[in-house]
Amino acid sequence: MSDLRDLYQELILDHNRRPRNFGPLAEANRSAKGINPLCGDKVTVHLQVEDGQVKDIRFEGTGCAISIASASVMTESLKRQTREDAVSLFERFHRMVAPADGVESDPPDMGKLAAFAGVRDYPARVKCATLAWHALRAALDGKEKAVSTE
Amino acid sequence: MNVKQLKTTEQKRPEGCLDVTRVREDFPVLCQTVHGKPLVYLDNAATAQKPRAVIRRVAEYYETENSNIHRGVHWLSETATRAYEGTRTAVRQFLNAAEEREIVFVRGTTEAINLVARCYGGARLQAGDEVVISAMEHHSNIVPWQLICQEKGAVLRVIPVDDHGDIVMDEYHRLLGPRTRMVALPHVSNALGTVNPIKQMIADAHGAGVPVLVDGAQGVPHTRVDVQDLDCDFYAFSSHKLYGPTGVGVLYGKASLLEEMPPYQGGGDMILSVSFEETEYNVLPYKFEAGTPNIAGVIGLGAAVEYINALGIEAVASHEDRVVAYAAERLASVPGVRLVGTPGRRASLVSFVLGDVHAHDIGTILDQEGIAVRTGHHCAMPVMERFGVPATVRASFACYNVEAEVDALADGLEKAWRLFRGV
Repeated sequence: MSDLRDLYQELILDHNRRPRNFGPLAEANRSAKGINPLCGDKVTVHLQVEDGQVKDIRFEGTGCAISIASASVMTESLKRQTREDAVSLFERFHRMVAPADGVESDPPDMGKLAAFAGVRDYPARVKCATLAWHALRAALDGKEKAVSTE
Repeated sequence: MNVKQLKTTEQKRPEGCLDVTRVREDFPVLCQTVHGKPLVYLDNAATAQKPRAVIRRVAEYYETENSNIHRGVHWLSETATRAYEGTRTAVRQFLNAAEEREIVFVRGTTEAINLVARCYGGARLQAGDEVVISAMEHHSNIVPWQLICQEKGAVLRVIPVDDHGDIVMDEYHRLLGPRTRMVALPHVSNALGTVNPIKQMIADAHGAGVPVLVDGAQGVPHTRVDVQDLDCDFYAFSSHKLYGPTGVGVLYGKASLLEEMPPYQGGGDMILSVSFEETEYNVLPYKFEAGTPNIAGVIGLGAAVEYINALGIEAVASHEDRVVAYAAERLASVPGVRLVGTPGRRASLVSFVLGDVHAHDIGTILDQEGIAVRTGHHCAMPVMERFGVPATVRASFACYNVEAEVDALADGLEKAWRLFRGV
């Protein structure tokens, strides 16, 4: 059994208590909402994308500690990244929390996002950790409709 | 806490009380550990565990009686038909319905409500008519009515709920008007634990000439239901919350109402004769049982009713009332806990939040302690909206739960509180 502290690391508890980049974004030119119909969690990601670069990013919504902290750290990690870097980071993050074929890996250069590696031991919580990322992906793709984790 | 302690904490039982130690031994699933801790199953409002008698009865059917019912002249079919119809008799007695043809087997409470909304509502409702429900409904007693109201241009009216989680009776009386055609109410709220005064509410509706459907999903497992005494027009419940198999439910309906309703689905068993020009429908209850039903499930439900009868539903109810009262009191004293719903009469469950810690985080922490609770909106989003919370934790109890499990839950919550408070 993995220790709960592996899941609820101090960094995660801190970002849940004080989410960074939280609120609307006046200059946003893309937004997308992620919904987890199972628990009712809702996260909207606002992006200001210029010349293929994430110039600014903020998020709003309600959810559990894992989904809020994940959204918060995501926004910190993506500022001033290119669209391609953002997509690549999404894929590495997804591989870290939901290892394909059960092969665990710790992708390089995850920075603070590495704190979420413990989520892979709690399969029911993977959707919480990836909710904001799915909304990000939809916003980057310019999708209007809310994306669902289901 | 361990299983041994569970047994030793039991005190001398007064007459007519449940022997919970023995009851627990009837449920194989309870004798296991989860994450190294004894399983504490407090998600009974979602589904109850199955006693050995039910599991064995279903296996026995498949091993020795499996065949289609109401069809064959062979011995197996006759045996299976007898067992299937035996459940109808048992359910009729259990609900004290007047006649067996008033007991219709369906897939669950949801299907029973859909059947009434579609067949009764569909035939009766006209533009401008009104259907009255309450603000504490499960989605399955909202959406079927919404669908039929939209189709017919009828209006859905909602009785408000007060801050305790009780129905506001004055508002209910105000809503019963000349255009009201149907009232649909939960016997017991699945999100708040409120026991509604349905007998009085049914009498009030009848005073206005309006029939009443009772969503009894959370009622039947926890209290004696006498449909003739209640005088309800329809009563719906699910087998799986009553220790029976999933995929089976019961719709009780007064024969006079069921008679005048059109069939729900077309198919085998619901007809007397079919030609390409015309079909003559079968008599009650078969008119509403199209296609091969969940035979094993219905037979399993019969075993579940027999099991409850042996324990005595009154003994089960008084045991559960004691545990749930203890839970409400014990949890209210845990730092950070706020009960959602403090109704005048409570049954079977306690819903609560822990400070601003999200219910899902609590669910994960409790799971690590071997404790199974439900976290989320409980398919009752309007209730969450009413009480201003995104989700709650719900601990729900059955005949096999004991006070020591409430203590384990309280300890788990204190652990969650410490983790999130960083102390």
